[in-house]
Amino acid sequence: MTLRLISLRNLMRRKGKAAFILAGLVIGVATVVGIISFVEATTHDIAHKLEQYGANILIVPRTENLSLSYGGLSLGGVSFELEEIRESELARISTIKNHRNIAAVGPIVLGVASVESGRILMAGVDFKAAGILKPWWRVRGAYPDGNGILLGAEAARILNLNTGSRLVVNGLDLTVSGILEPTGSQDDHLAFAILATAQQAFQKNGRISMAEVAALCKDCPIDDMVRQISEVLPGAKVMAIQQVVKSRMEMLAQFTHFSYGISGAILFVGGLVVLVTMMGSVRERTDEIGIFRAIGFRRGHIMQIVFLEAGIISGLAGIFGYVLGVGCAQAALSLLAEGPTVHVPFNPGLALGSLALALALGLAASAYPAAMAARLDPNEALRAL
Amino acid sequence: MSYILADHLIKTFGAADAAVQAVSDISFRIAPGEFIAIMGESGAGKSTLLGILGAMNAPSSGRLLVDDIDVYHLRQEQRADFRREYLGFVFQSFHLVPYLSVIENVMLPLTVTRRSKTEKRAMAREALSQVGLAEKAGRLPGEISGGEKERVAVARAIVNEPPVLLADEPTGNLDTKNSGEIMRMFQRLNAGGMTIIMVTHSAECAGHARRVMKVSDGRLLEDRVVAEAGLRMAS
Repeated sequence: MTLRLISLRNLMRRKGKAAFILAGLVIGVATVVGIISFVEATTHDIAHKLEQYGANILIVPRTENLSLSYGGLSLGGVSFELEEIRESELARISTIKNHRNIAAVGPIVLGVASVESGRILMAGVDFKAAGILKPWWRVRGAYPDGNGILLGAEAARILNLNTGSRLVVNGLDLTVSGILEPTGSQDDHLAFAILATAQQAFQKNGRISMAEVAALCKDCPIDDMVRQISEVLPGAKVMAIQQVVKSRMEMLAQFTHFSYGISGAILFVGGLVVLVTMMGSVRERTDEIGIFRAIGFRRGHIMQIVFLEAGIISGLAGIFGYVLGVGCAQAALSLLAEGPTVHVPFNPGLALGSLALALALGLAASAYPAAMAARLDPNEALRAL
Repeated sequence: MSYILADHLIKTFGAADAAVQAVSDISFRIAPGEFIAIMGESGAGKSTLLGILGAMNAPSSGRLLVDDIDVYHLRQEQRADFRREYLGFVFQSFHLVPYLSVIENVMLPLTVTRRSKTEKRAMAREALSQVGLAEKAGRLPGEISGGEKERVAVARAIVNEPPVLLADEPTGNLDTKNSGEIMRMFQRLNAGGMTIIMVTHSAECAGHARRVMKVSDGRLLEDRVVAEAGLRMAS
């Protein structure tokens, strides 16, 4: 015969009340676990998407001239007419400390080219890097080779050209190998050729106008990478494109704060459920507690019985709450996630945390009922019957 | 030599004009191995007196010494230890814990003692054997009769072999046959050296005691030794 057995037997007898307390705690814990799992999985997903998002660092010549926007993003000063970077200098990027975080480096040479019907802005790019830097590109036709050119959707419409059409650019006879699906960006107005072709057309062999860098920024400090690249390319201006990242992360942070507030409220209600139910349970058991005290149980023994009961229920609530929370987060992600389903990974820290949270909440909420039970005067308790 | 000394015990409930004296200046001595019946009308103060003797109800004034221990000078937790070591309680309404089996109910006072599981179980079986309920050890209180419940309550009270057994109307809910059995059981325990103090309305039950105290309006009106108790035991 042990105090633990008394607690267990009492829980088994009062299954309804035990289930009610369990439900209150499970809901509280599941809410917290669900929100944390959702936020973690979403953050991970955003980070993963950011890796696919394309360039997040721009390298442009250091200049005071002409502000130009590109891709709808404010990029600062770019003067492709005056300053260039030597293409060979880009190799230094692979020497920076965080070089493993670099997914792709895309050199670009920009220039205004003459065609039969007027002038176009042409970019020479590395199409292999472009696959990483601009994953949203969809091409009708194919990427160009040395004698080909890829047209933005608007450029193709204005120039009235289709795949297979011929276009003379700065004296080079090129074939339209493909047309970009509309992107909604400035790319729609551009013509793209491979870097060497564009450099030849603009007589800028070995030189580039700018470079885009895709950094895997989930765990890497983007500002540190900007600083490291600046150090190896002293003649260039290196900038991070952080607006989109920041706005999405800020939204997530706001959602997280709001969710934690809701979780706190639900936990508080869960705690109240435990408190009220345990107090009711103690009142119902006045006679038992009176007997226990009469036959020599100390106050500490009575508190131990109440805390053991709360501990058993809380432990179960921690386990069920974690499972339910992760399940709900997974269901929410399946419903809300864009694209492929995001999976909630098993997080041992969160599992232990949910157990600790449930125990802390259950035991804290049971402290007053336990003290109330321990304070019961045995004579009064037995006389009250 | 007195084992229990009640010295000018007074218990007052309420204050000022509403004050009621449930126990009014009661003093007596009880030697080891006595069997005492405390009788009186309802509200006479006998249960309050038993509560004081049971270290559960501190008197407003006066002293209670048991085995030279001044019970109400002990701290709360020490008094709990005292109850566990010195006293066994039998309540009128049995007060068995409904979700524990018969043997578990009997083992309750041993729960917080430093004994092995095996020893506790052996002691509980022995106590159940003494009250003739060894074969019903695994039953729940709801599965046995009223008389059996009272016997379980007695087994629980004697399981840790306390020197003093306190019983509050132990036959109050029993028929004549079961009452007689409980009284004979008390006499056997008393014959084994246990001091028994029993509150009862019943003159029949009081007749099994060797000494009868009559309480009225909180005062001890009569305290006499009953000569024929031994004859009843023999019968």
